[in-house]
Amino acid sequence: MRRFLFVARAVAWRSIHNTLVSPAILLPSIIFPLFFLAAFAGGLSKIADVPNFNYRPGYTAFQFVFVFLQSAAFGGVFTGFAVARDFDSGFARRLLLSAPRRSGIIAGYTVGALLRWFVTATVVTIAALLAGMHVDGGGIDLVGMLGLGILVNLGAALWACGVAMFLRTEQAGPLIQMPVFVIIFLAPVYVPLKLLTGWIHSVASVNPATVALEAARGLFAGSPEKVALAFALLVAGIAVTTVWARRGLASAERAG
Amino acid sequence: MAAEVLNAPGLLEQVAAVARRSVMRTLRQRALLVFPLLFPLILFAINGSALSAATRLPGFPPVSYRAFALAVPFMQGALFVAVTAGTDLARDIESGFFNRLALTPLRGGALLAGQLGGSIVVACVQSVVYLVVGVATGVGIASGVGGALVLLALSILISFGFAGVGTLLAVRFGTGEAVQGFFPLLFVTLFLSSSSLPRSLIKVPWFHAVATYNPVSYLIEGVRSLVITGWDARALALGFGFAIALVILSLGFAVAAMKNRLVRT
Amino acid sequence: MSESGAAIEVEGLVREFRKGPRAVDGIDLAVSPGEIYGFLGPNGAGKSTTVLMLTTLLPPTSGRASVGGFDIVHQGSQVRASIGAALQEAALDSILTGREHLLLQATLQGVAKATRVRRSQELLERVGLTEAADRRVGGYSGGMKRRLDLALALVHGPRILFLDEPTTGLDLQSRTALWSEVSRLAHDEGMTVFLTTQYLEEADTLADRVGIIDRGKIVAEDTPARLKAEIGSPTVEVVPADPSTADAFAEQLAQFGVPSRNGRDSIGVQLPQGEAQLAEVIRALDQAGLHVASLHLHQPSLDDVFLAKTGRKLEGAAAASEPEVQPAPRGRRRRGR
Repeated sequence: MRRFLFVARAVAWRSIHNTLVSPAILLPSIIFPLFFLAAFAGGLSKIADVPNFNYRPGYTAFQFVFVFLQSAAFGGVFTGFAVARDFDSGFARRLLLSAPRRSGIIAGYTVGALLRWFVTATVVTIAALLAGMHVDGGGIDLVGMLGLGILVNLGAALWACGVAMFLRTEQAGPLIQMPVFVIIFLAPVYVPLKLLTGWIHSVASVNPATVALEAARGLFAGSPEKVALAFALLVAGIAVTTVWARRGLASAERAG
Repeated sequence: MAAEVLNAPGLLEQVAAVARRSVMRTLRQRALLVFPLLFPLILFAINGSALSAATRLPGFPPVSYRAFALAVPFMQGALFVAVTAGTDLARDIESGFFNRLALTPLRGGALLAGQLGGSIVVACVQSVVYLVVGVATGVGIASGVGGALVLLALSILISFGFAGVGTLLAVRFGTGEAVQGFFPLLFVTLFLSSSSLPRSLIKVPWFHAVATYNPVSYLIEGVRSLVITGWDARALALGFGFAIALVILSLGFAVAAMKNRLVRT
Repeated sequence: MSESGAAIEVEGLVREFRKGPRAVDGIDLAVSPGEIYGFLGPNGAGKSTTVLMLTTLLPPTSGRASVGGFDIVHQGSQVRASIGAALQEAALDSILTGREHLLLQATLQGVAKATRVRRSQELLERVGLTEAADRRVGGYSGGMKRRLDLALALVHGPRILFLDEPTTGLDLQSRTALWSEVSRLAHDEGMTVFLTTQYLEEADTLADRVGIIDRGKIVAEDTPARLKAEIGSPTVEVVPADPSTADAFAEQLAQFGVPSRNGRDSIGVQLPQGEAQLAEVIRALDQAGLHVASLHLHQPSLDDVFLAKTGRKLEGAAAASEPEVQPAPRGRRRRGR
């Protein structure tokens, strides 16, 4: 365990150090969520006038919660890009050679992703508050929402690490990103689930991301619903993506 | 053995030679065409359904949201054409292939025009695919078959203009990273427009103002008018006008930037 | 050709970059028609910058030069029509085939339409790429890419050829093959070749005359043989069988000159009367009862020439030289690099 933590800390430190030395690395993961917040909350705010759209905190908050979780997911995805780059540059091989407990490498990458996401989440939250967003949830509700974000970030990072380690090239980027993108956008992004119609309603109804999103929106509005289910699904997702990432690591080890 | 060298080849011959190469490169990297083709269609499928509730808003045109949204893939495709055109040229600059071309009598303008040859092929394929998918998913083209052809022409013109932007970035900055770094900005111009809702239904004042002054809104509305309205002279005039302006400006600046890039005594 | 009959003539050529040192600091040289001129120097010496200026891709800051009788500043298009160039990067399109490269180059160079295909085939045969001609260049080895690069430079039948470090990164077989072709072009076809290199052996073997450049200035110029002869005598290097007798060895070798201690416990001394003195050295050591592990006779090399002129060895000079002022690939704006 001690060696695992040692390796995880070293890899996470490198990730944070690189970000501090070159803060521009963080820019895409900050700018994109802000941009989506502006585009959706700004450009689509009229959607709140659709009959039966009754999210109490308002449309800005409605979109903020989505962007909050989306930034968590994409923060994990960007970590996968970094892992893929490490393989392309040969640095990953150095890590594999020198780490006494290689699973610590995965942990390190995911911890780095989480710490970077905290920065993004803070910036996005401040921007939404400055835009006049109402917050109806209490302290515990908001902590719960943060917890959901953490789990989304970890799950996405583990997924991305796995893909990057299987493919070991930056060209894995679209393969890392697209499934996450599709899962997120097949959830009730623009309107609540009950206002979706057609095939998208059917898909969103069974999409685990919908549970997480609606739970987070409920917490933010102070009317939590399906929170336990959301946490259970995300924890299960993390269990699956952990196995996935470990398999990816094994593949990278076999490749040498 | 010496070759029989005549005078430097004419402009058309130079453009044709470079264009032939550009088209060959495009056709031989079909895998690179897939993502730019699929991504807009995936978004079209998702948004076409996810935002269908917007049709219940008073003032929304009396069409399905899918019909309303069909114009967007054409714009997204144009952005991808911009990035591809730019990164292709930037790769030539970074690899030194550009120097090889500079040692020939090739004119800068001919190089630019030829490089865009591949972009035209991509734009044609993309536009046809988006239109076919739209019609196949039940979207009716209000302006009929003639309007569909005009739509294709407008779409290709828009793609050509954006390809010019990508080319300008490549010539000005000379690296693929710089070109790709601008992609998010181009993406932003698409979202800060009337891509998701009619301008009349944009509630937030600053967003409404940005969308009104954003030329991309008029490009989208020009394409959209052929799908949902029929023959809307004003929308078409604005759409084609801005597209032509984009082509002239982007290529004009690219040619000017080429003078600094193609420095030969 | 210039009025003096030189294929390439350079007077006081200077290239400064903004906020940087002078990459080329006033060089003068002349290359006769049909000559192979080797431009030898470490990384950052100014070789590639010189080539870029002479091929009109970089304007000089001051000075003048003519290539093929045309001024590089005022008659750039005529210069380009009369030269072929294989620059430092092989600069090929990995998606195109070798044949497609040649046809494109031939078209852009203005080779008559009727002869483009034939010319391309001739060049492919000449550089040994016939079998690979219709394969994409992305699958070519380094040697094949360099050969294609050379073929592209020759497609329009130029009289003057610029080769910028053409064998860097190649294996011995590929390098030798390229040398053979370059030598044939010059000696059989009368082509003038301006070749830059950081490899001593390349300059020594291939060049009719060598100009040694360091930090933007030409420090020596002559045939390889005369340059080496100028430095003087060969050096004998002796490794004692018993390292503890090194001092005794040095004492014996002092009869011939000033001994120098080199790495690996070897002692060297220059032989002022040439290799004929080798027998005397062996006799002296034998008479002193000193046993030799190994003995080498070194003829002066161009590296010794460089050392004599600059105080540094050529092969270590790259590490010691100032930050490289290589002209960047055209993809990056030059900011005094």
